[in-house]
Order: sequence, then C-alpha cells, then structure tokens
Amino acid sequence: MSAASSTDPVPNRIHARPVPRPGRWIAAAIVLVLAAMAVHSLVTNPKFAWDTVGLYLRDVTVIRGVGWTLILTVGSMLIGIVLAVLLAIMRRSDNPVLRSVAWFYIWLFRGTPIWTQLVFWGLISVLYPTLSIGIPFGPEFVTFETQAVITAFWAALLGLGLNEAAYLAEIVRAGLGSVDKGQEEAARALGMKESTILRRIVIPQAMRVIVPPTGNETISMLKTTSLVSAVPFTLDLTFATNAIGNRIFEPIPLLIVSAFWYLLITSVLMVGQHYLERYYGRGTGESKPSGRGPRKPRLGRQAAIKASGTAKDAPFLEVTP
Amino acid sequence: MTPMVDVRAAHKMFGDLHVLKGVDLTVAAGEVCVVLGPSGSGKSTLLRCLNELEVLTGGSVRIDGELLGYRKDSSGALHRLHPKAIARQRARIGMVFQRFHLFPHMTALENVVEAQVQVLRRPKAEARSKATELLERVGLSDRMGHYPAQLSGGQQQRVAIARALAMDPEIMLFDEPTSALDPELVGEVLAVMKDLAAGGMTMVVVTHEIGFAREVADHVVFMDEGVVVEEGPASQVIDAPAHERTREFLAHVL
Repeated sequence: MSAASSTDPVPNRIHARPVPRPGRWIAAAIVLVLAAMAVHSLVTNPKFAWDTVGLYLRDVTVIRGVGWTLILTVGSMLIGIVLAVLLAIMRRSDNPVLRSVAWFYIWLFRGTPIWTQLVFWGLISVLYPTLSIGIPFGPEFVTFETQAVITAFWAALLGLGLNEAAYLAEIVRAGLGSVDKGQEEAARALGMKESTILRRIVIPQAMRVIVPPTGNETISMLKTTSLVSAVPFTLDLTFATNAIGNRIFEPIPLLIVSAFWYLLITSVLMVGQHYLERYYGRGTGESKPSGRGPRKPRLGRQAAIKASGTAKDAPFLEVTP
Repeated sequence: MTPMVDVRAAHKMFGDLHVLKGVDLTVAAGEVCVVLGPSGSGKSTLLRCLNELEVLTGGSVRIDGELLGYRKDSSGALHRLHPKAIARQRARIGMVFQRFHLFPHMTALENVVEAQVQVLRRPKAEARSKATELLERVGLSDRMGHYPAQLSGGQQQRVAIARALAMDPEIMLFDEPTSALDPELVGEVLAVMKDLAAGGMTMVVVTHEIGFAREVADHVVFMDEGVVVEEGPASQVIDAPAHERTREFLAHVL
C-alpha cells in the first residue's frame, strides 16, 4: 500500500476502467460533420443574404412589429389567465349553472380553429354594426359604432385571449385538482371561508403545477400571434417581415429576421419561466428557510431524495468521466 | 353546566354505508375524552362530525350549547346555516389531523399566523407574536423559518397543534395525531398534548395510544361498528372492560 492510502478513508478503493462507449464518439463525429456542413452552407450560400438580414434586423418596422407581437402576447395571456382562473373556479363550483357555462365556453373555444375565431372577431362589426349598453330587450342608454370600439388590435387581442382562456382553464383546473384535499380540510377546520381557502391555500400550491404549462402556452402564444393577419391586424412581427420580404423580393432573409426575433423572445421567456418555477417551488425542500429564525436547515424531503441519488435533477445527464 | 360537546343520537350514512348508528357523547369543559376503537368503527367520522367536516345524516352536535350547522326556528324546524356561519363555528374548534396537513408553501411561523390574520382579523404583529409564543411552547422556537418539508413528522405535528391553538379554540380535536409518526417521534407530540390537557383544554382524542389514554384521559369511549360499546374512566374501560369486544380490542393493541 502506498502512503496515500493512509489518508484515504476507503482503503480498498476500486480503480476500474469505465465501460467503453464508442457510440458516443461516433455520434459526436457525425454531428460534428453535419454541423460543419450546415455552417459552411450558411456562410457560402449567397441566397441567405446575410447583409440583408443584418440590415432589417434593426429596421424600424421590424422592431415595431416585435413590440406589437409582445403586446399581443402579454395582453392576450393576461386576458387568458384571468378568464381561465374564473372558468376553472366555475367548473369546480357547487352551482350547476356556473359549471355548465364554463363547460360550454371551453367546448366552444377549444372546438373551433383560432384562425376562424380571429376572422370572426375581425368581422364582428359586420355582424353587429353598433353596440349598446341598456336593459336587455328594453331601452338602450349608450350606443357605439362597433368599428370604433373593436379595432383590429382589440379584435386580435380578444380573439387570442378568449381562445387561450379555454386552454388555460383546463391547465388551471388540473392545477387546482392537484392540491391534496387535506389542505382544504385543514383550512376549513381553521374556519377559513371557501374564497380564502382558494386564494391563500389552494391557488398558491396549484401554481407549481400551473406555471410550467402556462409558460409553455406563453411561448406558444408568442408564435400564435402571427395569425392575427386573419383579423386582419397588420403590425405584428410576422406581417411586418413578410411585407418587407415581398416588397424587396427577398423573402428568405426576412424569414430569418423574424425567426431570430421569435427565438430571442422565447429564450428570454424561458429564463423568466425558470425563475417563476423556482419561486412557486418554495416549501418543497429545494429552497432555503426564510430569514426568520436561526438558519439550521434540515434536509428537505426533495433534497433528501436528490441527495440519495435515486432520482436525478437532470434525468438526461449521466455521470461518467 | 352546559357540556362542551353534546352529541345526541348521531347517525352518519355514506351512501348505503351506515357508519354511525346512534352515537351519544358528552364531554364536559376541561375534560379529556379519548375515543378508542378498531379501524372502521366510526371514531374518526364521529370526530369529523364535531366540526362539520362531515355532516350528520341524523342527530345533533352541540358545542358549548350551540347547535352545529343549523339554526332552529321558533317552530323547531331546522335551517342549514350559511357556509360563512359554519366557518365561524369551526374557527372555535381546533383540529389536528393524522397527516398534519400543514400548508407546505408557508414556513412554520406563517402556518400559525395565517388563520389568525385571515379568519380572526388579528393585526399581523399580534398574530406573529402569538405564533412565536405558541411555537416556543411546543418546543420549536428554532424552527420557525422552516418549511414543513424541512421538519420531521413530530415537528410538523407540533406546528399543526400550535396552528390550531392560535385560534384560541374552546376545544381541540385530535384525529390519530401520532399514527403517521415514526415511533421515536410519538413521545414529543404526546408530551405537547399532555401539557395541553394539564392546562385545562377540552380535548377529544381519537388514538391508539393506550398509554396516553390511561395517563391523561378523564373519559374513555370505546366504539365499534358505529356505536359506543362502553365508556367511563380509563381505569374502568381500559383496565377492567365490561364488554368482550373491548377486551378483544385491547388484547390486540396492548
């Protein structure tokens, strides 16, 4: 035994050669070649017209398009989330009327294509030239021109938001359903009202289940906004880049411009989603105890499972040298 | 004197399943009542009926003289209370569950603060100092900032007891509070419960801890198949049971 073994707590440490993994080297070689080919063609194929891409990446119309796309994404998701929470709560309500209304809404908006819905909202002023506030079947107090109130932008925003609400409602419902019934019982035993239980106990815990697919929906919505030309709303990123591409007879570089912006925004959204998930994951043992009280964290259950190594943080990551 | 708990001819049906078949139970203020019985005897259901987590099919529950869940009009007809009124009744009745049911997204301190603020409308600072005091009392002054997942089962159950006590309940209900705990953690929870009993709290405890019943209970009830088989002081029901069924059960758990 060498001198080093006296400091090693494991005197008979195993030094074995790892299993050979030739498949990895082969795969790496193939991917490397394909990547090199792709890069080569990107650089040498003049039809990519990189100078045009560079020129239009920061074009005013394009940047404005990015802005409108973001506004549509955020706005429609906000409408969608508010409505979805309402619909999900209605679906679990004791009130059979509310339950049916929510079911019907989800059935209608999930059952028709978003394109159809967007065209419909665009045509709403043809269907109802004026909108009035008044007593049903009675006198009207205020009347608006529909076209003045529901502009192309509002039609696009409403169309996207109302459609999204139907999908999000199912996500929220699954989230609310995922919370242990014992939680509601404990809260009820403490004398909390149903609305308090929902707001303080159930929804915060449901968020853990709701946030990841909602992040997904947001990323999906970012690209669904490209359909607003159905309304027609003509200021978003896709419409702007398509219009420029058609005008200068160079569609490919403009497609790259729009793809670049969509990818960039998606990447930013993914970072945001990561932090949201971390925030709503608190209390599951992955976060540190809060500042109150002396810090002497015991290992949380999730952390213990992780430490035991039976389940990995990243399931696709292997630990071999 | 009005008993703290007064259950009369309680019946509970779950569909076709007759779980409580006419149970009478009286617990005086300051008394500790331990309910024993095999699983399926209806003891947990009875306890859950004491704070309206289950609604009786027949009979009545009065807590400190107040009819639970209903209002009786002058003609004697029953009217179901509004959920908010039932919530107010529940706020006076503390409950501790077998599986703790702490709110996992809140620290121990926040768990104890929450209902004080949301239900009793106590100012935050007052609720917090009350919570601190209670957590100290159950021996968790160094765990206040920890989330439930960072606490052992025994610690979680002690937080749950503090959470219930924070509402200044007139009575505490315990539904098998130590059944989900590792054996070495049972003692710390029972110690808190003993301390509570010594302080004069009215308690109804469903448990399999015969030792606790013998030591702390003023009143032991043995239930089987939805009825009270026998009841009386621990010395009588546990040490000299009159019924064969009670003897059989005790032989199994002792």
